[in-house]
Amino acid sequence: MKMPDPDEAAIARREDLIAALRGILPDSDLITERAALRPYECDGLTAYRQMPMVVALPETTDQVAKILGVCSGLGIKIVPRGAGTSLSGGALPLADGLTLGLGKFNKILDIDYDNRCAVVQSGVTNLAISEAVAEKGFYYAPDPSSQIACTIGGNVAENSGGVHCLKYGLTTNNILGLECVTAEGKIIRLGGKRFESSGYDLMGVLTGSEGLLGVITEVTVKILPKPEVAAALLLGFPTAEAAGDCVASIIGAGIIPAGMEMMDRLAISAAEDFISAGYPTNAEALLIVEIDGPSVEVDFLANRVEKIAKDAGAESIRVSQSEEERLVFWAGRKAAFPAVGRISPDYYCMDGTIPRHALSRVLNSMIEMTHRYGLRVANVFHAGDGNLHPLILYDANVPGDLAKAEEFGAEILKLCVEVGGVLTGEHGVGVEKRDLMSFMFGEDDLKQQQRVKCAFDPDQILNPGKVFPTLHRCSELGRMHISGGKLAFPDLPRF
Amino acid sequence: MYKLQPKSTEEVRKAVINALTDNFTLEIVGGGSKRGYGGPIESDKCLSTSSLSGILEYLPNELVLTARAGTELNLINEVLKENGQELSFEPPDWGPLLDNIAANPTIGGTIAANLSGPRRFTSGAARDHLLGLEMVTGRGEIIRTGGKVVKNVTGYDLCKLLAGSFGTLGVITEISIKVQPAAEKVRTILIKNLTDLDGIKLMSEVLGFSYGINGAAFLPKSVVGKSTVDYLRNIGASALALRIEGFADSVLVRSQELRERLRGFGDIEELHYKNSRVFWKEIADVSFFHSTGNFLWKVLLPPASGAAFVHKLRSQLSFNHFFDWGGGLVWVQMSEDYKGIEASLIRSVAKEFGGQGILVRGSASQQSLASNFEPLDPDLALLSKKIKEAFDPQYILNPGRNLSGTS
Repeated sequence: MKMPDPDEAAIARREDLIAALRGILPDSDLITERAALRPYECDGLTAYRQMPMVVALPETTDQVAKILGVCSGLGIKIVPRGAGTSLSGGALPLADGLTLGLGKFNKILDIDYDNRCAVVQSGVTNLAISEAVAEKGFYYAPDPSSQIACTIGGNVAENSGGVHCLKYGLTTNNILGLECVTAEGKIIRLGGKRFESSGYDLMGVLTGSEGLLGVITEVTVKILPKPEVAAALLLGFPTAEAAGDCVASIIGAGIIPAGMEMMDRLAISAAEDFISAGYPTNAEALLIVEIDGPSVEVDFLANRVEKIAKDAGAESIRVSQSEEERLVFWAGRKAAFPAVGRISPDYYCMDGTIPRHALSRVLNSMIEMTHRYGLRVANVFHAGDGNLHPLILYDANVPGDLAKAEEFGAEILKLCVEVGGVLTGEHGVGVEKRDLMSFMFGEDDLKQQQRVKCAFDPDQILNPGKVFPTLHRCSELGRMHISGGKLAFPDLPRF
Repeated sequence: MYKLQPKSTEEVRKAVINALTDNFTLEIVGGGSKRGYGGPIESDKCLSTSSLSGILEYLPNELVLTARAGTELNLINEVLKENGQELSFEPPDWGPLLDNIAANPTIGGTIAANLSGPRRFTSGAARDHLLGLEMVTGRGEIIRTGGKVVKNVTGYDLCKLLAGSFGTLGVITEISIKVQPAAEKVRTILIKNLTDLDGIKLMSEVLGFSYGINGAAFLPKSVVGKSTVDYLRNIGASALALRIEGFADSVLVRSQELRERLRGFGDIEELHYKNSRVFWKEIADVSFFHSTGNFLWKVLLPPASGAAFVHKLRSQLSFNHFFDWGGGLVWVQMSEDYKGIEASLIRSVAKEFGGQGILVRGSASQQSLASNFEPLDPDLALLSKKIKEAFDPQYILNPGRNLSGTS
């Protein structure tokens, strides 16, 4: 992975930038010392590191607008950053760029139970929203595993999911409004507390745009009444195919569980050694199926799922009998990543999505790949929506191991696309999958996406080097190439 | 008018290239059921997607269906029904509402207009179920975006821009959409004789509990009388309607619990399977206002403000109305002569409550006096214009359908 060459002229303007920022921010909101910049050199994708030129930590939307105005004037690039938990390098700094941290945007502005929504600043953590509305029995549905740390602004930028998105949707399905600042420093407000608005769905395209289209400063989120109860079933299967069949039969029976997770044998044993959740370590595949809703429904569906699992060949079946037990069932799954960290010096987490019917084909290919690359893989899988998280185990201290792991990962993702899936289900493209984009999209597709970028950010100062493998100048993208004819009156204004 | 009926994406592309090179504009039409919604279009030619029809792939266990854009909703609904599934955003049929009676809505048109029915406030809009699409842009390029899986964040979500773009960015040729299991049982609980204000307040309250209510409408007495459901029409009072769906045992228990909570607010009745279906289809299709008056507004509001909006507007205008989406959608219909001030009145009152108004139906003269869509503030209008030009720089698609107009 190679980032665009830093712009030496921009680096030479560092002092001008700092002087201009001092006119906008108090010293406490500006980081320029090398040692203090260090914590910002990477995000959750720690394999890539780069020191930013400067870090700004504004506290108001006005300050953000002014900073973007200054950067736009000076031609300085900007990398927006929430909590820095991205697993795809979305917040990887640029040597010639300013990192704009939104961590001080940490206020919950308005909780509106009558309209079932909350207005929060973008640096508020995902979990803090649910905690703030818990007293009245509400919560915010999307729950990425990093929810204790990740910010809602980052969730919007990445369109984050979580284990419950099969039933409750992704971030894009759970927000009503945004305030954001454009590359030119204009403050725009989209949506509100109403369900829909006139005009193009700019909020929709900003969601999941990975910090390339605007800096999100405020989010209006939907809040939902908490389900009355939840129960989890822990199902052990002799083969991954049997577990996959069980998932298909559950959905075929018209049941949409709140969550449906699968783990393979290596992940099961790593988690069990770490947490002692009572997982069946002799199973080749483990399913956790969570049902939530009114207790009558949960009881009824838990019975049905139990029967389906039996028919699908489950060798061990446990249904949580209490809230404590349900949490124990989940504890192993939630700790799966650190658990795998205990059995390997390093691991590389992938994020492809596949149509579920392709599961056994993909798993079998992965087994073949583990032999070819000589690296192990532990599989944790959002089974309901086909989102795979293969963890490739490697040792960064072994020369060439990281490169091998990356190549392995790329091959898995290409396979995901080949079977009709996609490169990333919830972690984002960032820098990690940037160079794989052409496996999923044609050149015209990518150019059209970049034209949208140009509409928002004509000078391409927001988070460049992420998502798109090739940078095109906006003037070039705007040109029409019509073969076999020429445009009549190309300069004529048309309305 | 000369009508183009391309039979493949490649033919659509050729038609657009011809338009670009020979300098003519195109009206994009699916089934034509929503023709007129969004204002009149003055184009040189019409491009219909009606020959781009058929379901390409449907894997019930994957919860995904892929169809060509001109596929009629009727066909999709039928195929889904055979497999116990449905489109959970309840796409309506506005043909009769917009006097396009013989026309059948297509999946492409539904997405292009981002039209959703009563479940919108819990299950999301059409745009929330759209997974991927293929289109021909106004640049004459075939573009794919999204995919066929429910969880996907690869690249910008151009699907969202196309949903609700009313054919102004590209000609959608193929759509992949998320489908859901259909409910086994449905019950609608009616509470009679509440005022608007009490009705909306009660809706806000009960929607804060986990009964799983997925339809919440309030009909004033004058509108109740227009229902074709005898049971409802004969009530002779206003009706608050709350729908509960799902597995049979669960629906029975939940509706019983909801009735308990509502005890004391008014007389309670229930609509069962068939009546319930008919009633919510009437709500989705806005059937109560099909043939009455010529002036219809869709007002989108924070749900709890629905009644206050109506109350305030009532002091200045006379109109019929009803509420859907828990109060978040107010249909405002006027029968009397158009005076020219209604648009600005409706929009300014809506704005006070954080809402917006769309003129859905009106005479040509009415439509010329007011923009159909809520005007945008200048910064958003400029951004929207740039988006339009990123897809259709020569303004050849649906000229006159202006989504980036300023206030």
